[in-house]
Amino acid sequence: LAKMSGGGSTLLGYIGIDTIIEQMRKKTMKAGFDFNIMVVGNSGLGKSTLVNTLFKSQVSRRSAGWARDEKIPKTIEIKAVSHVLEEGGVKMKLTVVDTPGFGDQINNDNCWEPISKYINEQYEKFLKEEVNITRKKRIPDTRVHCCIYFITPTGHSLRSLDIEFMKRLSHSVNIIPVIAKSDTMTIEERLEFKQRVRKELEMGGIEVYPQKEFDEDMEDKSDNDKIREAMPFAVVGSDKEYQVNGKRVLGRKTAWGIVEVENPNHCEFAQLRDFLIRSHLQDLKEVTHNIHYETYRAKRLNENGGLHPITCNDTQESNL
Amino acid sequence: MDAIMLQEKLVERLLCPRVRTARQKEKQYVGFATLPNQVHRKSVKKGFDFTLMVAGESGMGKSTLVNSLFLTDLYKDRKLLNAEGLILHHLRSPSCHHHLSAASPCDPPPSPSALLCRCCAERIHQTVEIIKHTVDIEEKGVKLKLTIVDTPGFGDAVNNNECWKPITDYIDQQFEQYFRDESGLNRKNIQDNRVHCCLYFIPPFGHGLRPVDVEFMKALHEKVNIIPLIAKADCLTPNEIKKLKDRIREEIDKFGIKVYQFPECDSDEDEEFKQLDKELKECTPFAVIGSNTVVEARGQRVRGRLYPWGIVEVENQSHCDFVKLRNMLIRSHMHDLKDVTCDVHYENYRAQCIQEMTSKLAQDNRVDSPVPILPLSTPDVETEKLIKMKDEELKRMQEMLNKMQQQMHDKDQ
Repeated sequence: LAKMSGGGSTLLGYIGIDTIIEQMRKKTMKAGFDFNIMVVGNSGLGKSTLVNTLFKSQVSRRSAGWARDEKIPKTIEIKAVSHVLEEGGVKMKLTVVDTPGFGDQINNDNCWEPISKYINEQYEKFLKEEVNITRKKRIPDTRVHCCIYFITPTGHSLRSLDIEFMKRLSHSVNIIPVIAKSDTMTIEERLEFKQRVRKELEMGGIEVYPQKEFDEDMEDKSDNDKIREAMPFAVVGSDKEYQVNGKRVLGRKTAWGIVEVENPNHCEFAQLRDFLIRSHLQDLKEVTHNIHYETYRAKRLNENGGLHPITCNDTQESNL
Repeated sequence: MDAIMLQEKLVERLLCPRVRTARQKEKQYVGFATLPNQVHRKSVKKGFDFTLMVAGESGMGKSTLVNSLFLTDLYKDRKLLNAEGLILHHLRSPSCHHHLSAASPCDPPPSPSALLCRCCAERIHQTVEIIKHTVDIEEKGVKLKLTIVDTPGFGDAVNNNECWKPITDYIDQQFEQYFRDESGLNRKNIQDNRVHCCLYFIPPFGHGLRPVDVEFMKALHEKVNIIPLIAKADCLTPNEIKKLKDRIREEIDKFGIKVYQFPECDSDEDEEFKQLDKELKECTPFAVIGSNTVVEARGQRVRGRLYPWGIVEVENQSHCDFVKLRNMLIRSHMHDLKDVTCDVHYENYRAQCIQEMTSKLAQDNRVDSPVPILPLSTPDVETEKLIKMKDEELKRMQEMLNKMQQQMHDKDQ
């Protein structure tokens, strides 16, 4: 039965406005959607493996012809690889942006700059499309929706590079820190490490995703508080399967046992996956679009006297 | 299967999510198939909005149809509608400086032709007003903010030249407002007042489209989704309805009027669905009947009209196309109507707007210096002051109206 307010009495019956949800769903399914994820961290922390494990497909740079023994690049490169995945009738164009060379040099000063530049270039691309006279119906979205930052499992604290990077980029992209290769720590060590990391983030004034200031209501806040208290997630990635208790599971086999990736008692991979994909995927995109992108756009419109729609048709390099 | 059951099936089909079972590799479940649910959850929280315009001469049953569609009594306070008309008159005629005297609730509502100002006894010229009613509806947890834009006075005067101009101006104003908001710096809470759909009521008495119908639709077909309807269809026999529909469809083609087209079926829909969709399209323009009253028919209480020779049931598909219209408008195409408004009509307006702005600048010879187009400039100080003054006047009038409404309400208690 319909309820009404604002100048009307109710006459019994069913109008059918709830069906608009289904109409929207149909369109979303038909259109498919884009998701762009960036991984940042030192070589060898298992970035590619983790992404492959998350999406249960060979989606990372490694699979696109990268040899394991290739030399560490002299400068940071930004490599984006896209795949179309389909599940339950929903098509997703997943783009994984890898950043080989980050933090691997002797002098890592400003190694975050190419990354920052890449992120801003995607915002600029989107802005130009938006400002165009004839706009595409669906502007192709290459903006980075989520940046997973891999923390080295030293067991002590965050390194200066970690803090520098997250401080500088948390205002232009959603950062989700994870503790990589966490099977090097015992459960107690892991708990202590996580607490220390959280404290350092707080002291540095670094707001990682989900940011407290963007909680929309009490429900969001309580959901997100639980996640914030569990972060950073300690993960293990693997693309190999083993037999455990009669089931095939993804894991790492050692002499002392098998680390099961999806076992919540072993590591927090499952939690990360549920958080990232099953509950907050849409929110990551929305925060990127409504907040980070808007911040960029406002800044851009205030400088250089604004944007002229016609000149945006030219292929101008952004001067960022 | 009879027509009614087929129709129900169509609606059901449209509502079920279609799951593509294409080449499903032996892949394990990642979980992003939940994305539509995530989007859904946010939309349910935020709620939706929809703006529907109704246009046509007085007495075509527009208000009744809207009430029937959305199960509301939006026009219960009809008396006050005329008072609002009086208020607008006072704002416009500079010569009348008297205060508006409150209409006594016992006074019969003045008929449109006899609308005289109480204080200066000047005849209020029939002009087309634009009146908005907003209603919040919630159903199964989904919130809809429905805005009905009424256009009383359309086609009612003796000389109806360009009587659609206030309507096209209104639509353009909403586009312009949205364009400014969208181009501004702070885009957090943009209010979308763009008109998503216009129901145009064609009288059943003629032999097809009249000149005013043709001109109206041509003036609006590139600004808004037009759905033409044959009003008060209960005065026609089934044969007459069919002839009239064929005639109107012919004339729409002949005059090149672009009414809202229901989107094509997906090629992978089955034959039955396609057939149903085809029948629906061939049924346009829908012949509708509305009713504010509930009557007893076939042992049930239904919305209908009681005649000595029988009972017309609004929701009976063999009596009229009301159900088809409602299903199309609300249950299957509401989202598409909004999409077409945003992607086609608004984009056309915006492109045109930008062209005009840039050509104006070229004329002013200022194209050499870097000109800020975005964010759009705000109107100059003088205009701002005038706007503010008028706003305050309107606010005072609105308060008076609210007081009168409250008095009425108290009187009813």
